[in-house]
Amino acid sequence: MSDPNNISLAAKAANIIDIVDLTKKFDDHIVLDGINLSIKKNEFITLLGPSGCGKTTLLRILAGFEQITDGRILFEGNDIKNVPPYKRQVNTVFQKHALFPHMTVYENIAFGPRAHKRPENEIKERVQEMLRMVNLEGFDNRPVSSLSGGQQQRIAIVRALINEPKVLLLDEPLSALDLKLRKGMQTELKRIQKQLGLTFIYVTHDQGEALNMSDRIVVMNGGRIQQTGTPVDIYNEPKNPFVADFIGDSNILPGRMIRDNCCFFAGREFNCVDKGIGCDVAVDVVIRPEDIKLTAPEKGMLVGTVGTVTFKGVHYEMTVRSEDGFEWTAQSTQMSAVGSRVGMCIGPDEIHVMPRENV
Amino acid sequence: MMGRRGLMYPYHLWMLLFTVVPLGLILYFALTDKTGAFTLANIRQAAQPVYLGVLWHSVWLALLATGVCLLLGYPMAYILVSSPIKYRNMLVVLTVIPMWMNFLLRTYAWLTLLERNGLINGVLRWLGLPALQILYTDYAVILGMVYNFLPFMILPIYSVLMKMDKSLLEAAEDLGADSFTAFRRVTLPLSLPGVYAGVLMVFMPAVTTFVISRLLGGGQYMLIGNLIEQQFLSIGNWNFGSAVSVLMLIIILLTMLVPGKYREEEGGMLI
Repeated sequence: MSDPNNISLAAKAANIIDIVDLTKKFDDHIVLDGINLSIKKNEFITLLGPSGCGKTTLLRILAGFEQITDGRILFEGNDIKNVPPYKRQVNTVFQKHALFPHMTVYENIAFGPRAHKRPENEIKERVQEMLRMVNLEGFDNRPVSSLSGGQQQRIAIVRALINEPKVLLLDEPLSALDLKLRKGMQTELKRIQKQLGLTFIYVTHDQGEALNMSDRIVVMNGGRIQQTGTPVDIYNEPKNPFVADFIGDSNILPGRMIRDNCCFFAGREFNCVDKGIGCDVAVDVVIRPEDIKLTAPEKGMLVGTVGTVTFKGVHYEMTVRSEDGFEWTAQSTQMSAVGSRVGMCIGPDEIHVMPRENV
Repeated sequence: MMGRRGLMYPYHLWMLLFTVVPLGLILYFALTDKTGAFTLANIRQAAQPVYLGVLWHSVWLALLATGVCLLLGYPMAYILVSSPIKYRNMLVVLTVIPMWMNFLLRTYAWLTLLERNGLINGVLRWLGLPALQILYTDYAVILGMVYNFLPFMILPIYSVLMKMDKSLLEAAEDLGADSFTAFRRVTLPLSLPGVYAGVLMVFMPAVTTFVISRLLGGGQYMLIGNLIEQQFLSIGNWNFGSAVSVLMLIIILLTMLVPGKYREEEGGMLI
C-alpha cells in the first residue's frame, strides 16, 4: 500500500520537480548515484561541485538531453522520462551561450516562439519585451558575433526565457565572463528570477556565485549529494570536510569530542557549542580563517609561527604553523611579519564539529 | 619583420612557377597563330556552335554528376558525423580508400563491370532480366564521375558538420524545434560552406575530365576535356586547344563567383 517512492499530493503541489533515486551510468561508470532532490516553485537552486561531480549531467537530464539509468523524475508530479527536450517546459542557458551564429539577435530570440508556430506580430512584441528586459533595445539586426561576451550572455538568457518556461536551467552561464561582468550578471539574473517568479536551476563550480544568488545550494561530489541547504547553513554548518573545504577556505583538523561542549584538537581542549555527538569519538573540526583572532603570543590559546602573508585587499591572509605542526590559514586586517610568533584565539561559536562519516 | 616577409618568397615563387607562368602560356597560345602573331581567330573558332555544344554538354553532365554527388554525399557525411566515435574513423577511411587506387584503374574497373558480358549484365541475365546497355552512354560517364568524385563531396561536408558546435542542436531542440526543424534551420544553413566547397570540388574535375569520358563514353564521345586533349595530343593545334581552355577557365571562374557569400569561410576550410 505505501510505496516509499510515492510523493504525496501536498508535496506535488509545492514541488515543481521531484528527483527520486536517480542513477545515471555512462557505460559502467556511475555519474549520478542515488540522487533524491525536490525543487520548489520559484526557487533559485544551485548545484555546486567540482568538475566531474555530476552536476552538469543532472542538468542535462532535466533538459532531456540525457537518459536516466534508474529512478524517476517528476515534473509537477508527472514522470517525464519519455518526454523529448522540445516538449519539456524547461529551457536551458548553455555554458558557451550556443547562440546560432548564422542568425541575427532578433532571429535568435525568435527561434523558440517560431518553433512553436506563434504568430509573427506576437513574436515581434515579445522579442522587444525581452530586449528591453536586458537593456539591449535596438540590437535586433546585429549579427550575434558582433556582440560582447556579456551581451551574448544576455541574449542567451532571454532566448531561453521567451518561451516562458516553468523552469530555467543554467549551465555555468557566467563562466566565460570576466570577474566584474560576472558580478553584474549575478545581480541581473537574480533580478530576472524575482521579476518573473521562475524556478532557476543553476549549475556552477564557483562557491561565491552559489552563495550570492541561491535560495538553496546542493553541494555535489562524486555523483552524490553531499549537503542541501541555504547558503548560510552550508557555510556555517558544513556536514562533512568536503563541503567545508569546498565552500570557502577552511582549516579542517582531526580531533576528538571529549564530551558535550568540549572538543580536543591541535594539542589542547577547546570549549565548543556542539552537543550530542557522543563521548570520546573521532571528529573533524572546521574553523574558518576569518574566525581566528590573532593576538600576542602570550595571550593566544595556540601559538604559532607565521609562514606566508598574502595581501587580499580588505585583509591579509596568513599561514601560521602551530606547535603541533598544523598549518592554519588565518585572516587579519593587520599584517604580521613572516617568521614572527603569534597567538591564535578561537571562540566556542567558531568551532564547527563534524562527526566522522562511516569511514 | 623582414624575416617574416622572407618566409613569403617560396610561396610567391611557387605561385609564379605553377600558376602565373602556365596561365600566361595558355593565354599566349590562345591569342596567337602558328607564326606567333596576335589573332582572335582561335577564340572565334572556339565560340562556334559545334564547340559550344560540346561545352554545354560537358557542363550539363558535370552538373548532373555534382547533383547526384550532393544527394548521396550529404546524407553520407551526416551518417559519418553521427556515427559513434569507435566506428567513425574507420568509416572515414572506407570513404577515402578508393582514392588510394589509381584513377585510371578505378575507371577501368567500371568498364569491365558495365560490359555487355560484364558482371552486372551477368547477374541481370542470371535473374532473367534483359541486359543493360549502359556503357558508352551519358549514364556511364555520370556514373564514373560520381564514383570518382564522391569523396570530394563527402569530406568537406563532413568537416563542417564535425566542426559544428553540437550544443547548437541541443539549443534548437531545447527551444522547441523537433529534429527535422533543428536540421532545417540550424544544421543545414551552417553546413552550406561545406556544400559549396564540395560542389566546387566535384564540379571542377567533372567538367574537365577526359579520362572518364573516353573510357566509359567510348572513342567517339566528346566532352570539353577530350576536345582539349585531342587538340594538344592528336591534332597538335596548341593555339586552338589553348583557346578552348581559356573558354573553360572563364566558365569555372563564373561558377566560383556565384555563391560569393560563402567564399571566405570555405577558403579556410579547404586548406
